[in-house]
Formats: sequence, C-alpha cells, structure tokens
Amino acid sequence: MVGYIGPNGAGKSCTIKIMSGILNPDSGTCVINGRTPWKDRINHVREIGVVFGQRSQLWWDVPVIDSFELLKDIYKIDEKQYKQSFDELVSLLSLESIIKTPTRQLSLGQRMRCEVAASLLHNPKILFLDEPTIGLDAVSKIAVREFIKYINKDRKTTVILTTHDMQDIEALTKRIILIGKGKILLDGDLNALKKQYTKHKIITVEYSSGMPDIFDGLTVLENTNNRYVAALDTGCVSVSSAIAMLSESFDITDISVTSASVEEMVISMYREHNI
Amino acid sequence: MRAYFTFFKIRFINGLQYRAAAYAGIATQFAWGFMTILMFRAFYKSSPENFPMTFEKLTTYIWLQQSFLALFMAWFFDNEIFDSISNGNVAYELCRPTGLYEMWFVRSLSSRVYRVVLRCAPILIVAAFLPLPYGISLPIDAATFLLFMLSMTLGSFLMVSINMTIYASTFYTMSPMGIRILFVSLAELFSGAIIPLPFLPDKVHRAFNLLPFASTQSTPFLIYNGYLSGESIRYALLLQIAWLFAFVLFGKLLFRNALKRVVVQGG
Repeated sequence: MVGYIGPNGAGKSCTIKIMSGILNPDSGTCVINGRTPWKDRINHVREIGVVFGQRSQLWWDVPVIDSFELLKDIYKIDEKQYKQSFDELVSLLSLESIIKTPTRQLSLGQRMRCEVAASLLHNPKILFLDEPTIGLDAVSKIAVREFIKYINKDRKTTVILTTHDMQDIEALTKRIILIGKGKILLDGDLNALKKQYTKHKIITVEYSSGMPDIFDGLTVLENTNNRYVAALDTGCVSVSSAIAMLSESFDITDISVTSASVEEMVISMYREHNI
Repeated sequence: MRAYFTFFKIRFINGLQYRAAAYAGIATQFAWGFMTILMFRAFYKSSPENFPMTFEKLTTYIWLQQSFLALFMAWFFDNEIFDSISNGNVAYELCRPTGLYEMWFVRSLSSRVYRVVLRCAPILIVAAFLPLPYGISLPIDAATFLLFMLSMTLGSFLMVSINMTIYASTFYTMSPMGIRILFVSLAELFSGAIIPLPFLPDKVHRAFNLLPFASTQSTPFLIYNGYLSGESIRYALLLQIAWLFAFVLFGKLLFRNALKRVVVQGG
C-alpha cells in the first residue's frame, strides 16, 4: 500500500489518471503489470479499479445494485465470482440497507462506500484511490479505511492512495511518495520518515507580547494571534536552550512541546522542499 | 457485446420511468401532426396537381414522422454525455474495458429507442383509424414494409452516428452550443423534417438527397408511402449504408484523436 502525497496541484491525480490509462502523457514511460496503460487501455483497465473521490461512477438515477449489475457485465465477471465478490463487499461495507436505493438519494459517506465497492467488484489487482475520504465524516472515514486495509491484506490488492488527509496516510500506508513541482521529492518508509522528521519537536508558544528572533534549528510554522508554532531541530538545538531563547524574545503565557504528527511532518517536508 | 446489451437494457428500463413525459410528447405530436396536415390540405385544395405526391401519401409521411420522431429528431442530444466531457466524468468511462465510442453509441441509440417505444403505438393506432385521406395508409405490400424497417434501422443508426461527431467535437471546443445550434438548423431542413424533401424544387431536392441527412428519416418514410420504388429504393439504401459507414469511421477517428489529447476537466 503506497501513499502518494503532495500539495494541491502537484500532479497526484494526473499521475493516477496516467496510470489508469485515461491520459496520454507527452513523454516518459510507465509500465504496469507489463503493459503501458495508455497504449493498451482496454486490457489494462480490466485489472485495475479506480475511485475518484470527487466523482461518481454510479448511475445517478438507478438503484446502486443496478449499477453493480452493469459493471458485472462490463467487466464480464462470471456469475459465481460476482456473487461471492458482491456478498463480501456488501457485508464488509455494510451496504445491505442502501443497495436498493437510487444513488441520488445517498449521503456522501454512503455513496463513497458504494463507490469503493463498485471499483472492487471485478477483483482488480491494483486499486487506485484518488482522495477516497474527501468530505467524509469521522465514522465513514474509519469504515472506508478499515475496509481498504482489509482488502489490501486479504485480497492482496495493491493500493495506491492519494490524499490530503494525513490520518489516512498514517492509518493505511507503509510507504509514501512525496511529489512536488513535477519531481519525486521523497520515497520511503513512513516510519523511517517519521523518525527522521520527529527529530523535530513542535513548540507552541502563546505569548502576550514580543517578537521572535530568527535562529538556527527553529522553523516557524505559524505566528498569528499571539500564537507561535515552530519546528525544532533537536539535532541542532536542544529543547531547553530553545525554550530559553524563546522566553527571551516573548512574554510567554503558555508553552508546549510535542513530537511532530504526520501532518506536521508533511508540512515541514513541504517547507524543506519549497513546494 | 453483452456489456453493450446490458447497457442498452438498463438505459431503456430507466427511460421507461418517464411516462408523463411520454404522454406530453404524444399530445404534442398529435397537435403537430394535425396542424401540418391541415396546412397542407389548404395548399392541396387550391391545386392538387402541383404536388409531387398524393395527399394520402403525404399524410402517411407526416404520421410516420410524428410516430418515429424520437428516432430522427436532430436536436435530441444526451446532455449527460456533453456534461461528462466538460466536467471530466469521462474519466470513469475511460476506466472501463469498453470502447468509449461504442458505449456512447449504444447509449444514444437506447435513449432514442425507448422514447419511440413509449410513443409510437398510440399515434400509429389513432392515425390508422382516422378516415382517409387524413390517416395513415398501409404500405403497398409486405416487401415494402420490410424495406421500410430496414431503412428505418439504417436511418436511426446514421442519425446516432451523426450525433456522435457532435459529441466528439465537444472534446475540442468544450461547449457544444455553437455547433449544436448550427447543426440542428441545417439538419432539420436537409432531413425533410420541416417539409418533405420531394416538395422542394427539383434541383434542390436532388442535391439534398445526396446529403447524409436525407438518409436519416426521408428515405424510410418515402419507401413506406410508396414515393420511392424499385431501383430508387436500392439506390437510397446503398446511399444510407455508405453514409453510415462514413460517419462511423469519421466519428471513431475523431474520438481516437480526441482521446489522445483528452484533458480531464476539474482535477
């Protein structure tokens, strides 16, 4: 399971579209399961599933189950395999009660569960998820996440995920790839990166007056409304000397020191790479 | 193949839900049919010998036109197709192991067919019971009827393949409106939807006959009412087939080219 991250407009969705054979790139190569997606689109897409979080693949006016039946024939899934796949997906994503409802009447969370199920009916080898949890509430997010995890483990489906939700990344992926400005900036194990970046501590200071000095080892993340947040490179400056320096520049009312979360880790990565 | 059939079916069943729209359509088509017939009657009263076909043949033509309107209406497009191109939902259709051209062809065809299925029977039945010369008359013989069916099938396929080229143009222009308006006004005139083509001046008629639009509705209806016969039917059918091939080929080329440079709108 790979997490694919980068700021808005970095080209994440574009990459997904190239890998799923929709777009023809101007140059470069891409080989998936021994095929170039855009040259052999029809054979390629048989083996992949795609969910675009911002779009719908289900038929707007008809019950979800009819859309599923249509997909069954489009992918030429045989009856037995379809039945098995269908039952599994329905029970895992608890779709029993909504499967006969027309898509237009579903909430976003219900619909997204159906979208994910729809992209897995034909048991693809690779699943591309382009922001699958966008706009979902906490419960639906967790349901979708749990399910993706299960599919990855049980069906051995390769999952490639783009998202802006760092909890998704944390909960799901082992490997992340960071892109920006058209280049791969980082490609590595999430835990290793986390260790590398949690050399940073996050210092949050609430102050009544004062201006921060700029000094090495401290990167300002936020400084508004008398609240100052900075990432501290512990390899460069120790926590205690940073606090000492900060208390000289501020009239501190409150201070906290925490390890960086994935979210903050990503922010500091973006910062480091200037994207 | 099966996928296309299922696609047709689901589209068809989905369409059958809109019965109120069908009743309204039937009413409109009756009103329109009567109006046209009354207008022509006024002309026929003054000098029937100046017209290329008898009044019975004309009324038959008009009732056929009204019954099968949905198959041949040039202004009918599937807005979902335009939308999916301009808002980027085409991305999903491209993730399917099917040809986009074939899929949309089936889709357009099925939305025409379900409309006709809902509407044609009441109009044909009522028109059959209208006193002659106002109603619809039977074709001369069974062979003519079969040729009419064949020609109507070819004609509606041609109509859809012409539509497909308009859909394809949206990949290039983003908004279909300009080309649609231009296309619709030309197609209505050239296809004999406004005035049956034989009523036009002879030279114009012959020129229009060569255009693809005449091969959509004019040909089958003129076969049915007996205006075309023998050799001219064979010629008209061949012309239909030729245009159908040409447009499918052209449309597929346009699609292939468009998909090479497709941009998925909206991220």
